[in-house]
Amino acid sequence: MRYATTKMTAALLAASFLSGPVLAAGTHPTTGEALADDQTFTYRVLDEHSSVDPQIVEDVSGAEIVRDLFEGLYNQDEDGNLVPGVALSHEVSDDKLTYTFKLRDNAKWSNGEPVTANDFVFAWKRAVNPETASPYAWYMELMSIANGADIIAGEKPVDELGVKAVDDLTLEVTLSQPLPYFPQMVTHSTTFPSPEAVIAEHGADWTKPGNIVSNGAYILTEHVLNERSVRERNEMYWDNENTILDKVVAVVINDENQALTRYMAGELDRTEVPAGQFPRLKEENPDEAINFPRLCNYYYTFNLSDGGPEAFKDVRVRKALAYAVDRNVIVENVLQGGQFPAYTFTPGATAGFEVPEVDYANWSQAERDEKAKELLAEAGYGPDNPLSFDMLYNTSEAHKKIATVMSQMWKQKLGVEATLNNMEWKTFLDVRGKQDFELARGAWCGDYNEASTFLDLVTSPSGYNDGKYSNATVDELMTGARTAENPQENYTQVEMTLAEEMPVIPVYHYAGVYMLNDQLKNWPINNVEQNWYSKNLYKVAE
Amino acid sequence: MLNFILRRVLVAIPTILVLIIFSFLLMHSAPGGPFTSERPLPPEVMANIEAKYGLDQPLWKQMYDYVIGIVTQFDFGPSFRYKDRSVNDIIAQGFPVTLTYGSIAFVVAVVSGVTLGAVAALRQNTWLDYFAVGVSIGAQVLPNFVMAPLLVLVFTLYLGWLPGGGWEGGQIQFIILPVIALATSYMASIARITRSSMLEVLRSNFIRTAKAKGLPSRKIILGHALKPSLLPVISYLGPAFVAMITGSVIIDVYFSTGGIGQLFVNSALNRDYSTIMGITILTGVLTISFNTLVDILYAWIDPKIRY
Amino acid sequence: MVIDQTKMADLADNLAQMDEVKGRSLWQDARQRFFHNKAAVGGLICLTLVVLFAIIGPYFAVWSNEEIDWAIIGNAATMGAPSIANGHYFGVDDLGRDLYSRVIQGTQISLMVGIVGASISVVVGTLYGATAGYFGGRLDGAMMRTVDILMSIPYMFVLILLLVIFGRSISLLFIGIGLISWLDMSRIVRGQTLTIKNKEFVEAALATGVSSFTIIRRHIIPNLLGVVAVYATLLVPLMILTESFISFLGLGVQEPNTSWGALISEGAGTMQYGTIWQLGFPLFFFVVTLFSFFFIGDGLRDALDPKDR
Repeated sequence: MRYATTKMTAALLAASFLSGPVLAAGTHPTTGEALADDQTFTYRVLDEHSSVDPQIVEDVSGAEIVRDLFEGLYNQDEDGNLVPGVALSHEVSDDKLTYTFKLRDNAKWSNGEPVTANDFVFAWKRAVNPETASPYAWYMELMSIANGADIIAGEKPVDELGVKAVDDLTLEVTLSQPLPYFPQMVTHSTTFPSPEAVIAEHGADWTKPGNIVSNGAYILTEHVLNERSVRERNEMYWDNENTILDKVVAVVINDENQALTRYMAGELDRTEVPAGQFPRLKEENPDEAINFPRLCNYYYTFNLSDGGPEAFKDVRVRKALAYAVDRNVIVENVLQGGQFPAYTFTPGATAGFEVPEVDYANWSQAERDEKAKELLAEAGYGPDNPLSFDMLYNTSEAHKKIATVMSQMWKQKLGVEATLNNMEWKTFLDVRGKQDFELARGAWCGDYNEASTFLDLVTSPSGYNDGKYSNATVDELMTGARTAENPQENYTQVEMTLAEEMPVIPVYHYAGVYMLNDQLKNWPINNVEQNWYSKNLYKVAE
Repeated sequence: MLNFILRRVLVAIPTILVLIIFSFLLMHSAPGGPFTSERPLPPEVMANIEAKYGLDQPLWKQMYDYVIGIVTQFDFGPSFRYKDRSVNDIIAQGFPVTLTYGSIAFVVAVVSGVTLGAVAALRQNTWLDYFAVGVSIGAQVLPNFVMAPLLVLVFTLYLGWLPGGGWEGGQIQFIILPVIALATSYMASIARITRSSMLEVLRSNFIRTAKAKGLPSRKIILGHALKPSLLPVISYLGPAFVAMITGSVIIDVYFSTGGIGQLFVNSALNRDYSTIMGITILTGVLTISFNTLVDILYAWIDPKIRY
Repeated sequence: MVIDQTKMADLADNLAQMDEVKGRSLWQDARQRFFHNKAAVGGLICLTLVVLFAIIGPYFAVWSNEEIDWAIIGNAATMGAPSIANGHYFGVDDLGRDLYSRVIQGTQISLMVGIVGASISVVVGTLYGATAGYFGGRLDGAMMRTVDILMSIPYMFVLILLLVIFGRSISLLFIGIGLISWLDMSRIVRGQTLTIKNKEFVEAALATGVSSFTIIRRHIIPNLLGVVAVYATLLVPLMILTESFISFLGLGVQEPNTSWGALISEGAGTMQYGTIWQLGFPLFFFVVTLFSFFFIGDGLRDALDPKDR
């Protein structure tokens, strides 16, 4: 039944296109390229998204859809810079605690209603309301909106949140402390407006196709769980005339090899490249195989808590293990997708971050191996007293490959016995969170494009510091960085300390490795956070 | 017969209850919960979420509320993972998909399996027989996680005849490959069973008598031999049908059909308690009803059996 | 993928018709008939070869199953093809590990899972069925109702749940797979025990005051051997198939150990990338072994149940 209704909506929409501006089959307004007749973009996602409710969504694939369906105060451009969204500009008070956003007067919901400051007020209160139980409520805390944390904890009424609509086009936000990167934070989906009347009418069903009303360039027209979701042009969107893609389809395909086969058969416009396949694909399809740096790191963390293994308390052991990992082999022979060997915790692609000159980064692998052997022998491990431990990772083909290669490097170079132990995701998180491991895989993608998003993880209070590394100087440096004129100095010092104490083994820094239809243009490869907006993409004629 | 059905239903109720309690306890004893995430949630956020989903209640209370919800309102609760959906919703969408390609595959497997098996038996020790036996054993041992990607490679990439996945409301071109991938190994089993039981029946005295009376062989086969030959096939159907539904995991993974097989595995991995429970109960009920149905069918074909 | 229960019941009936004295000649007859069945003998030979491969194979291996060939890693498609020269008789996997050694190891694990799983299922099923059948009455009723209930549980789902919850371990895999399939076995054994129980020789034994335990051990169990043997042979391939499915889901054995299922599912993923040997070799051994078990099982059954004498 639902299927029939979504088809109906689709048919109605198709009919309405005929009367709307017909940009497809024309030329691109600025570049003048000939456009393809069919402006449909179909891409693969690994897993079904959790929600398309802006205040509820918590996963990357869901956020991608929400960014198309809803529009927040600001958007990001192809390089990750702020560009106006619903807000045209903002002013900051002298105490840096009050932000006043000026909204555009032509923004509309897909039902024709205007988008007003009240929609933002409603949405932000909704995000912190304990009844909403948003998993991203913490993001609102991070934004330091006045009373936010207290409301989430249930200690103050929702109405006391420091946000108000001065008039329909003026939004005023009060912060509890100055936050220099506050404007950057409003590109995140949790801060997007939501339609109060629609939510009141449909309750939990408001995000279903047919019910949903959104203010972005697209509206959701079809959603079949674990199969696909379709979003189509929103005629009411204020910049509809400059939107070129008509339809965006996200297809759930669990198996990456299967996805690649279907890409090759022309069913998809974008898919991820399985580890090790990039060089071959690049050779065969040079225009379609692309890679670019991402804002993520990949590492193994030692358990340095009291319950952790005695051996890892010795910095020489930690260093020996870190040195003996030949990162070039991992990057060039296992992943083969243009990833970067990592000797620092923070990826080099991070904005404003200068990669510090850590010593072992510049040695040759032979030198590192030599040093590793020396250190391990000094620490008292050798053929008669071999070092052995468990290494924990979560179930995945790529993680398995890397863990296998690392354990073999240690075994063959140092005679160390590392037993592989893989667990499915939730168990893995549980075990790692309880420090019930010896050496465990970790990875982090930046929440925002600044080095502290990574380096905060190695401070003692961080909830994600599962290795329980604790160094007062590091903590102090990171606290200082928040208000420092030039935080880079602090970051350099922290990275140097990490190289000296080696609480984690940095392995590599991510690259996005895609097969991307060469007709599809303007993919934001310079946006390291990969915040992409379908309205900026277009397909050229063949 | 009515008595028998009644008894089956009476046994089914405690069975389902045991199944619910068992899976419930099993699920809740798993490490990690539905809201364990890479970034540990601050305690106050976690508390709000747990309150919303009733996870702050004692376990017996959660289980009690759950069962009451099902019995009184047929409400399987909200999904813990797909937050826009209720479990009723999710199953209402996924189950018809599984049931559609499952039943078609089932019919295909039975019809082609019986035909193949019968032909092989009637032409015993000819090339046709060897061919049928070879095909059926080959199909039986080729795992369907090899079969599925192979089919996509051939029919989608090389020949370009059929889409490599998706469901699109069950249009015919999207059904073909899943059905082939799912049906083959069951077809093979059914063919083997039919062949051997047919051979046996053909050697039995009443067929010899019929032959001696000079009945035409078509009449002998259709009128006398086929029905008794199918007895073992029928006893195989119950487990086969259930196995097809559970075996659909691979079909869903490879063909992105969005059925309940993959949903179950994902829900188990995501600790989506309510969805796991919903699917477990659904398959439990299905298994029981199908086994009962098969027993009735069996009694109808073989009058010797009385319950 | 289920064993033909009707044929098993037939076989059980047939074996129950024999009394003890004739029993000996039954086995001799059966052996003769079995060795006249070409398919069954072929299966036996193939299976023996596979087992020999798993035992003797390691002595010819140049590489261990976990060692990485650093010269080849990452270039499996161009440099990793099967070759006598570099010692990778079956080629290498994506990480440059020797497939010959890995297939041997997979063979060992898969055969073990099959045999141990089948044994668990046979032992539990036989004991349960024989107890129910021998003591009869209320106990029998209760035990068989329990089997009915257990039969309605979707086992594959429960097994997945178990592996998710308790983490993967090979012993859990054995137990889980074994416990899935003892139910049918127990039904057949119970039926046969009921028949045997009413034979004169059992009644005679009872009359002379032989204990129940001895009767079960001396009279009932030996008469069950035929059906149990056939059932076990046919169960092994089912166990191996189940294990391969579990491995496909990523819930199978831990690296660097492997199994046929794990190897095949890895190989199937990369089959279009020019490394077909990664699928070919494990699949070959898998298919040959399953074929063999099916032929041997069918042959055994036909030999013990000679309908067309």
